[in-house]
Amino acid sequence: MSKLTREEAQALIQEVLEVYPEKAKKDRAKHLMVNDTSLESSKKCITSNRKSLPGVMTMRGCAYAGSKGVVWGPIKDMISISHGPIGCGQYSRAGRRAYYVGTTGVDTFGDMCFTSDFQEKDIVFGGDKKLTKLMAEIEMLFPLNKGISVQSECPIGLIGDDIEAVSKKVAAEISKPVVPVRCEGFRGVSQSLGHHIANDSVRDWILSNRDGQAFEKTPYDVAILGDYNIGGDAWASRILLEEMGLRVVAQWSGDGTLAEMENTPNVKLNLLHCYRSMNYIARHMEEKYGIPWMEYNFFGPTKIAESLRAIAAHFDDKIKEGAERVIEKYTPIMNAVIAKYKPRLQGKKVMLYIGGLRPRHTIGAYEDLGMEVIGAGYEFAHNDDYDRTIKEMKDATLIYDDATGHELDEFVKALKPDLVGSGIKEKYVYHKMGVPFRQMHSWDYSGPYHGYDGFAIFARDMDMTVNNPCWNMLKAPWLKQDAAALQQAA
Amino acid sequence: MQTLDDIKPSYPLFRMDEYKGTIGRKREKFEEVHDKQKVADTFAWTTTKEYQDLNFKREALTINPAKACQPLGSALCGLGFHKTMVYIHGSQGCVAYFRTYFNRHFKEPIAFIADSMTEDAAVFGGQKNIHEGLANASKLYGAEMIAVSTTCIAEVIGDDLNAFINNAKKEGYIAQEFPVPFAHTPSFVGSHVTGWDNMEEGILRYFTLNAMEGKEPGKNGKINIVPGFETYLGNYRVVKRMLKEMDVSFTMLSDPEEVLDTPADGEFRMYAGGTTMDEVKDAPNAITTFLMQPMGLDKTKKFVENTWNHEVPKLNIPMGVDWTDEWLMKISEVTGKPIPASLTTERGRLMDMITDSHAWLHGKKMAVFGDPDFTLGMVKFLMELGVEPTHVVCHNGSKRWQKQMDKLLASSPYGANGKSYPGADLWHLRSLCFTDKPDFMIGNSYGKFIQRDTFHKGKEFEVPLIRIGFPIFDRHHLHRMTTLGYEGAMYILTTLTNAVLERLDEDTKFLGVTDYNFDLVR
Repeated sequence: MSKLTREEAQALIQEVLEVYPEKAKKDRAKHLMVNDTSLESSKKCITSNRKSLPGVMTMRGCAYAGSKGVVWGPIKDMISISHGPIGCGQYSRAGRRAYYVGTTGVDTFGDMCFTSDFQEKDIVFGGDKKLTKLMAEIEMLFPLNKGISVQSECPIGLIGDDIEAVSKKVAAEISKPVVPVRCEGFRGVSQSLGHHIANDSVRDWILSNRDGQAFEKTPYDVAILGDYNIGGDAWASRILLEEMGLRVVAQWSGDGTLAEMENTPNVKLNLLHCYRSMNYIARHMEEKYGIPWMEYNFFGPTKIAESLRAIAAHFDDKIKEGAERVIEKYTPIMNAVIAKYKPRLQGKKVMLYIGGLRPRHTIGAYEDLGMEVIGAGYEFAHNDDYDRTIKEMKDATLIYDDATGHELDEFVKALKPDLVGSGIKEKYVYHKMGVPFRQMHSWDYSGPYHGYDGFAIFARDMDMTVNNPCWNMLKAPWLKQDAAALQQAA
Repeated sequence: MQTLDDIKPSYPLFRMDEYKGTIGRKREKFEEVHDKQKVADTFAWTTTKEYQDLNFKREALTINPAKACQPLGSALCGLGFHKTMVYIHGSQGCVAYFRTYFNRHFKEPIAFIADSMTEDAAVFGGQKNIHEGLANASKLYGAEMIAVSTTCIAEVIGDDLNAFINNAKKEGYIAQEFPVPFAHTPSFVGSHVTGWDNMEEGILRYFTLNAMEGKEPGKNGKINIVPGFETYLGNYRVVKRMLKEMDVSFTMLSDPEEVLDTPADGEFRMYAGGTTMDEVKDAPNAITTFLMQPMGLDKTKKFVENTWNHEVPKLNIPMGVDWTDEWLMKISEVTGKPIPASLTTERGRLMDMITDSHAWLHGKKMAVFGDPDFTLGMVKFLMELGVEPTHVVCHNGSKRWQKQMDKLLASSPYGANGKSYPGADLWHLRSLCFTDKPDFMIGNSYGKFIQRDTFHKGKEFEVPLIRIGFPIFDRHHLHRMTTLGYEGAMYILTTLTNAVLERLDEDTKFLGVTDYNFDLVR
């Protein structure tokens, strides 16, 4: 009973809401909708980017996670200080798979954790002195760092520390950028505000550093924004852009560097993959430097070809021909991948619950494999994300915002998808339930999934999980017999 | 480009020429990388004694910690009680981190909830969040107890859990009789170990402080076991088994063994097993209370001694031979039950294994890092095996830990070259591994970066990591193993011995060069 009518889907939502106390029910009802492809705007149908309810199991993280974990952390030649108590820095260390190359601990720092490990006295007397001293220690032990960012944890904003003053002072002393970031975890309602705050801090402290300086431009300069190089995504994207004749000046922020960020205002076009986390800086560069930006989608050959052509449309015939050449080059292998995996995956139903982009961006890749996305939702999307999602999803599918564990479990029980794609907090629940599951934040320790090379891995991975023999072996045979006997008796 | 019969993930995909090209061009043209020689020289400098001296002068900066914060510990403690929902009063991001951290280690679902404090709560206090949060949590998850602890936001603004929870009950957000034990767990004090202790004390206090009438030590004939921040499921199991074999009745005060190991059979269980409220209420009637990790259970100990009037036995963590012997003998002494032949035989089997393997371990140098009691127990056992512990790093170790560790090292000739480092982090340990190379290091997954860095200097400088500790993210299912008791010693012994042998194979596998020593029989 995986395909619901609109009425059945509505009834399912009502049923799932039943368990909530009145106030919570009223609130959660606004975050759940049945898709209607005829809608132009999601505004009337779904509420997003609102506070999660206390005591209800949200999957969301915080602004610090959005800034340190997502945007700033991957800038590999700068040092991010987790400023505050020990936990945040430890928990966010080296788990995101934002790949990079470099000599870690010497000229790159991606999988390390730097923290001020606040103690009670730092809360009482303030941490500014400690922060100043800590930066001097960084300079002493890691002289090749290109700069520092201060990622504020909750207490910083509560105890009245002036990290901006410290940052300015130290920046002047060491002649490197030192960026204070007010991404305390209590700000906003999810990771999303952290992305925004991080974007703003790049805008204010980094982006214009080289304004007026010479830069050897070409007519084909682009920057990749909003690709965190999970499992190497950005590399598998970059190679295609280069093959079609473009020059990728910067990657934000997977495998990114300070120099790349500072040089981005020189590009002709900004290419935005994760709209949710980096539209802010794209818009700013459009306003300030007149650089156009466009969203693109490198999941699955259909969307990749569409995107390559759309990107090429911003350039001359040389690039347009380049795009066609690239598409032609990869078409045979893509056809072969589809020929191999589509028969194994055709008609399989997928439910997704991820961050702010992938629930809509991966739909095409699933469809390339003959799979259908019957439910999609976001942890921290805004309504402009849902506007885009409505168009990608089929009619009468489920769309859910800031879904709780309870809601997801019930939707999955009712819709019985063949695959759930979500995060590690959800993963093991579905393993127990016997529902094939892939982590779609970390690519489940695989990847890349972007680009043509990534799609082959994506197809392989979906197949291995959907069709692994384990899912049919969960029930002990003697229990199966009992159930069959019971059924017969009835 | 991919080929159909050999689809490559990131490695080895990115080692193909076209990717080496694109990644290489990026580095050369856009990253403004430092000169190669400068990077190499700087790396070499970070391996020197000079660098180590600078590194140890750090006062403000922590690099690559080997500890976590209090509420991680309180959450694990709460998880060990029957049908108990772990509830964290504070920002929601913290809870996402705790869940993820345990998900990655146990490969299990972890159900914790937050009450999602945001800016307004930071200004006006978090009482509203507690009220609404308890109302929702008590209705949604079928919990019979909600164990509340705090994150730093609530602690910085001074939220009063006792008052807030009482008000929630008074104002009808949650039923008066619904058990809501709590603990303040500021993340800027102590570590995850402290948080476990605080939550344990909070739960014991909640159910027994005002219910001591008619309770007296020994009345129920049982003993209590307080595991502390314990992440090896096998340790819960081995303690239960040993006590069962001794015919000793017991109460495990926090027992997440089942909830962290539920079957995949088509059903998701949010709760499984765990210490019941009745067991907690009856716990003061036990003969006494055994603290499995005595270094990190100060608050619990104080409560048990002062309120329950238990004479808490002075013991060490039962790791290795001697300390397991002492533990069993003490159990026997307080319960009057003899140590059964089965455990004597088990001890004999362990000793047999040690005699078999000692030659591969004797004199090996091993660095150890981890929690206070873990490092003590590990060092003790290493010295029993003739292994020489070298650098012993305990990021959450106190002066008291150091004193005890130094005394322990001094108690054996094998400890002569050992040195304790309380409060040191893994960047300190990195320096030590370069300047005074151990043969191996024992600790959690974070140690792998030290192995990588030492290997970068050259194969002969590499310090291989033996994964025993928490968290272990990069190997599967090791959390199910056992490190306590004779059984735990067998596991540790097997792990250490085979690590030595695998290393020897790796070093000698060169055909026609060193493979004379690539022996079939070892």
